[in-house]
Amino acid sequence: MSVTMSSQQEQQSGLGAIAARGATNMNEAKIAIKDLNFYYGDHRALKDIALNLPECQVTGMIGPSGCGKSTLLRVLNRMYDLYPGQRATGEAVMDGVNIISPHTDLNSLRAKVGMVFQKPTPFPMTIYDNIAFGVKLHEKLSKPQMDERVEWSLTRGALWTEVKDRLKTSAMGLSGGQQQRLCIARTIAVRPEVILLDEPTSALDPISTLKIEELIDELKHDFTIAIVTHNMQQAARCADQVAFFYLGEMIEVAPAAQMFTAPKERRTQEYITGRFG
Amino acid sequence: MSATAVTRELPGPAKDHSFSRRLGRRRYRVNLIVKTLCVLATLLGLVLLASILFTLIWNGAAGLSLTVFTNTTKPPGSDGGLLNAIVGTLIQTALGTLIGTPVGLMVGTYLAEYGHNSPLANAVRFVSDVLLSAPSILIGLFVYQLAVQPFGGFSGIAGSLALAVLVIPIVVRTTEDMLRLIPPSLREAAMGLGAPRWKVVTLICYRAAKDGIVTGILLAIARIAGETAPLLFTSLGNLNWSVSLKQPMASLPVTIYQYAGSAFEDWVQLAWVGALLITAGVLALNIAARFALRRRS
Repeated sequence: MSVTMSSQQEQQSGLGAIAARGATNMNEAKIAIKDLNFYYGDHRALKDIALNLPECQVTGMIGPSGCGKSTLLRVLNRMYDLYPGQRATGEAVMDGVNIISPHTDLNSLRAKVGMVFQKPTPFPMTIYDNIAFGVKLHEKLSKPQMDERVEWSLTRGALWTEVKDRLKTSAMGLSGGQQQRLCIARTIAVRPEVILLDEPTSALDPISTLKIEELIDELKHDFTIAIVTHNMQQAARCADQVAFFYLGEMIEVAPAAQMFTAPKERRTQEYITGRFG
Repeated sequence: MSATAVTRELPGPAKDHSFSRRLGRRRYRVNLIVKTLCVLATLLGLVLLASILFTLIWNGAAGLSLTVFTNTTKPPGSDGGLLNAIVGTLIQTALGTLIGTPVGLMVGTYLAEYGHNSPLANAVRFVSDVLLSAPSILIGLFVYQLAVQPFGGFSGIAGSLALAVLVIPIVVRTTEDMLRLIPPSLREAAMGLGAPRWKVVTLICYRAAKDGIVTGILLAIARIAGETAPLLFTSLGNLNWSVSLKQPMASLPVTIYQYAGSAFEDWVQLAWVGALLITAGVLALNIAARFALRRRS
């Protein structure tokens, strides 16, 4: 019900948005995925995926549980390397280099492609150290430089005003929404180029969700963003382009407004109107 | 629930209400019996424990005086103390912990972070668990072969080694268990920032599991502080003052063992005092461990 309402709203305000987004679609692909296959042991979880993530845009990934959208995110920063038996074939080219290649230096890849998870994962240390941890891995900063970086990233993470007086207290004492913004700030602090968000608001209340969506809107000026979500309104609100996944295949990719008003595929239509999934 | 409740008959086959009422009464009786048995068993355990503690305090406190801490063990009737035994226990326990803890920590880390369910990890885990329940006298004999016979005599260092062997499996177990409690998402988050594996383990996982790991080490210390059997064949005991690791070294448990069975009244009294001291020390460590664990949850 609410899905159709949002689609109607999109339709009403849609035309201008489509025009505006059409213009930015000219952006070059930050990551170009081609012929990508992924295997959990013998199970083929992604089938011949082809998808471009345009620079400084938000790509939303939707689809029912188990369709492979989170798996695709975990390919883009090679998180799957942690687990034996998981492997990918094909291409995911970022800045002319194939991410999937065994020669990729994982630590510097992950510095360029940051990730925020479904559940907030603050480290058991102070708020300040949570931010500094990632920065120290890649840069040698003086104390004032680090202070500046912490303030900058917490400001960009829309958390600075709430925590600036208690930077030296444990991050575990923050609320769930604050913890998630801390995780985003921590990711930004490393100054990545791409940010992967894996259902970043599914464990949060509506107000925290709103804050994070505003934050995503703000961040896309500087970062290429991919967001996996089960919430279709969220995809409609945040994403510039939306990709629909089903059973390991990418069924359709289109600008958000078009996706939610005039999807080409029948399965997409059925999913976004809530007929299955 | 009560007899006055109006039961509305549902359509369909009739329900046998009398049977379910009888069953209810039977369950009530069984419940009462089991509960009584449990309470009795708990009381029995508590009474035994209280009786041990009471006897220990009653007999131990009677001989507690400053000379216990200032004088070394002496021949019967000459106002001896336990100084050399106390210091010996402190030295050997500390050294055993210092040697055993790093090994245990690293093995536990390997099992939880690297080995997982590989054949080697499973073998190590199995051996460590066997070692955990091995009779401690065997460990004494093992170290006797390893560090007493080849070097021509009993020594404090051999005693410390035997205690270290006891520490290892305890620390392995708790370290692995505590590291496994950390959600994989925390590791992924750290890896996701570009942290290499060893930094994730040392800077994130150890920190997250710190309280649990410390608790394990405290429990290991409590365990070895009271061990007698592994020391009998290794540090032997020493009636004179000696802090040399190359010489036989006294310890509280061995002194208790020797004194408690003697015919001299003042020695028996000192054995009680020694037992009280060990119990108090172990109790204090256990309470400290509890506190560390409670802060975690």
